Amino acid sequence: MQQAPVQSSIIKQQPSAIYRVLGDRIFLSVVLLLALSIVALTLGLGYYLYLGGSQTINKEGFFGFLTGTTWDPALKLEFGIWPFVLGTLITSLAALVVSVPVALAAAIFTAEYAPRWLAGFINYLVDLMAAVPSVVYGIWGIFVLAPFLREIIYLPAFLWAAENAPGLSPFLGNPAGYGMFTGIVILSSMIIPFTAALSRDAIALVPAAQREGAYALGATRWEVMQTVILPYARGGVFAGAMLALGRALGETMAVAMVIGNGNILPYTLFGPASTMPAVIALEMKEAVEDLHYSAIIGVGFYLFLIAFIVNAAASYLLNKLKVGDQRA
Amino acid sequence: MRNLQARYTRDRLILIVVIAGTILAALPLTLVLGYALVNGFSSLNWDFFTKGPKPPGELGGGMAPAIVGTLIITGVGLLMATPFGIAAGILLAEYPDNKLNPTLRLLSDTLNGMPAILKGLLAYVLVVKVQGSFSGFSGSLAMAFIMIPIIAKTTESVLKLVPWNIREAGLALGLPRWRVILSLVLPAARAGVVTGLLLATARAAGEAAPLIFTAFGNSLLTYNLSQPMDALPLRLYAYAISPYEDWHRQAWAAAVVLLGLVVLTSLLARWVTRGR
Amino acid sequence: MRKLLIATTALLGLASSGLAQVNLTGAGATFPFPVLSKYFDEYLRVSNNQVRVNYQSIGSGGGQRQFIEQTVHFGVSDNPFNDQQMADIRRNTGSPALNIPFVLGAVVPTYNLPGVTQRLNFNGEVLADIFLGNIKTWNDPAIAALNSGVRLPALPITVVHRSDGSGTTFVWTDFLSKVSPEWAQKVGRGNSVNWIPANKVGGRGNEGVAGVVRNTPGAIGYNEVTYAIQNRIQFGAVQNRAGRFMVAELPAITAAANVVLPGDARVSLTNTQAVDGYPVSSFAYLLVYEQLDKNKAFKSEAEARAFVQLLKWMVTDAQKFNEPLTYARITDAAEARALAMISRITFQGKPIGREIVGR
Repeated sequence: MQQAPVQSSIIKQQPSAIYRVLGDRIFLSVVLLLALSIVALTLGLGYYLYLGGSQTINKEGFFGFLTGTTWDPALKLEFGIWPFVLGTLITSLAALVVSVPVALAAAIFTAEYAPRWLAGFINYLVDLMAAVPSVVYGIWGIFVLAPFLREIIYLPAFLWAAENAPGLSPFLGNPAGYGMFTGIVILSSMIIPFTAALSRDAIALVPAAQREGAYALGATRWEVMQTVILPYARGGVFAGAMLALGRALGETMAVAMVIGNGNILPYTLFGPASTMPAVIALEMKEAVEDLHYSAIIGVGFYLFLIAFIVNAAASYLLNKLKVGDQRA
Repeated sequence: MRNLQARYTRDRLILIVVIAGTILAALPLTLVLGYALVNGFSSLNWDFFTKGPKPPGELGGGMAPAIVGTLIITGVGLLMATPFGIAAGILLAEYPDNKLNPTLRLLSDTLNGMPAILKGLLAYVLVVKVQGSFSGFSGSLAMAFIMIPIIAKTTESVLKLVPWNIREAGLALGLPRWRVILSLVLPAARAGVVTGLLLATARAAGEAAPLIFTAFGNSLLTYNLSQPMDALPLRLYAYAISPYEDWHRQAWAAAVVLLGLVVLTSLLARWVTRGR
Repeated sequence: MRKLLIATTALLGLASSGLAQVNLTGAGATFPFPVLSKYFDEYLRVSNNQVRVNYQSIGSGGGQRQFIEQTVHFGVSDNPFNDQQMADIRRNTGSPALNIPFVLGAVVPTYNLPGVTQRLNFNGEVLADIFLGNIKTWNDPAIAALNSGVRLPALPITVVHRSDGSGTTFVWTDFLSKVSPEWAQKVGRGNSVNWIPANKVGGRGNEGVAGVVRNTPGAIGYNEVTYAIQNRIQFGAVQNRAGRFMVAELPAITAAANVVLPGDARVSLTNTQAVDGYPVSSFAYLLVYEQLDKNKAFKSEAEARAFVQLLKWMVTDAQKFNEPLTYARITDAAEARALAMISRITFQGKPIGREIVGR
């Protein structure tokens, strides 16, 4: 038993209890304090937005402001943000509907069908998409996408409707190129990577045993997808979609540059629309009247609330999912 | 037999659908990159990187103030954000029983999804109104606000990947918890943490909206953070919506530079983590 | 790494050791941006690189706002402060605001009518009716009455307006408010207003409006004339109060300012009384605090003095840069008013304005 001499030498080198316990306490406090910055940030954001917007929100009432449809900074100084809320919801949800199948397809392809080199390349491309700055999408939207859509889709559709289905024209709206439809297209392009990444992860987490079992039973690749993989990955896909929705709600510059900025309901398909982040970015510079300025910050406050709810729901689902997977 | 044929055909069909979807997914980025290069490459001359903007109507000039401004503002923002972000990541990963964690994670993810323009608003209220002038520093603060939740998230996931035996070994040797984290876990996750910082930088560097009311923009080159400063995304936006053809070309060139920054950062991140 | 740090600090130190440089920041209207840009570029030369001016065109409203918030040294706006705002500024800061005119501009109705190459004539009522949505097609008798001999197509009219707030919109709606009681009652004047017509599109910036007009047959919008000329967009003549159809050319724009100018130069030139004047003209103003020390943005007397020197130069010597860029010079009367206002500027009680202007 050679324990005793070894033990004593180790004991001599043991850091003192103070070093250990106090060090741990101090470290934890420092880390906690620094991490609290995130809480402070969120609270500060909400507080200052509410403060800034309170003048107009109090004037119009909490729900009055939300559901009012007149945005009149010049004459009546009446502010209702419903057009912007509606615009945000429509563009984001429509973009989601368009982008989720596409993102899912890409995730399926890279996870199940593609050879590894191709899968790696495509994954890299898709991840890169998430990092492209919004203004870059915006400039592409102004100079490439909008004219393209106008020439290829809007004008022909508008002219066709004018001849054959004049009842459709008011629904189609003005085919100038900058409007709701363009906004939806650009938004869809931008949020693809979020769903794709999470779907990819979710698909990869499906247990090999299940997959192999299905193959062993003679299922085709698609049938394995249908019966095993997609059901398992459903949660991840959904979480990815929620995350994409959260990002879509807040997307500012690209949308602002192509959406045409019309504040009046009803919106038309091709005609100008507006979203909450877009109206903030565009009108904040020009707001001279205190009430107008306060109204814009009020829009920011409601955007904060909506973004908070959606992102909170998304992250709740994400965390629930991750925890489940870790246990498996 | 026929049933089998039908199933195979369906499988083929789905393959085509999936491939079409993938092409659609990769299309926007390819188009954006393509058009940017085609339209902007010709404007990427030496002047672009070294000179300031000329008055409209006079050809030439460049975006030196914007490039320098982006580097300074984002760099300072990163310096400010790193301690807070990494600390939050450490808290979430290393102290999983902490009561604050679920709230912290929730708020962090939510902040991540918040539009950046709101964070610019906060920086405006906190710094610009108090100081009485626009400044590069307020822009850096807005950048930091954007980066902190990103860094927290990436640090957390990277720290969680460090195998438990490293921690156990440290604890077994009698090291206090804080030493284990600082001297064993963090260095082991070094590559991933750096990747997180890089990604946060790339993401924040591309934001224009928060800088409109903080850094404000400057047509003259300045290194002084208490003065208004220019930034690439700001300049891109201003030039893109301007009526001048020459500025449009320069805007595309700025887009190429920003895209180059993004690609470089992502490649760097991949290289850093591949070595491990 | 350490060497890099030392080098960077040294560089930063050198760069900010200033050499007594003065850095000024201004914000405001997009319309005069080209000419302001030229001014400040030239002034770098004139001042031997001592006075550096950073001007960001965030819009007239933005210029006014940041002026009030005192985050900039001066603002630029297409419209002067109104009485209420002047009173508020004086009450809140203790210093009156000066609206110093430095350039003249005009807003023109731009349109896209395939097959029509002549310049169309408009008058105030017709324009108001078009922009109110009362006149819905181009071959409406009201338009035809002003344009005999022109074959107007039966295209529906698409009204294009500025979707971002803008001084251009202010000038345009100011004119319409004066010539149409219905407009004044239903819409009013402002940097951004509630546009009524069903068939309307918003464009962002002068470029946005022009782009939409250019691409939409049957569209009508409003743009700064400089921009319309430089980008070769069709624009119409507008009938002035004296009954003449005026095209927005430089002499007509300058002539619009040949009216009695109030002492503080706060005047709306739209629907001008001047017989030769283009009826939708306006000054662009530099917004300046009379007592510069009351503006938080000013940190020293040297800054204030340099600024006043710049102001004087802008309304005198710099005017020669206006016309080559298709902006109109300010009239002699306006220049006199401007110099009078500049000489009222003080800093901590010292009459630096009077010293520099020399009156």
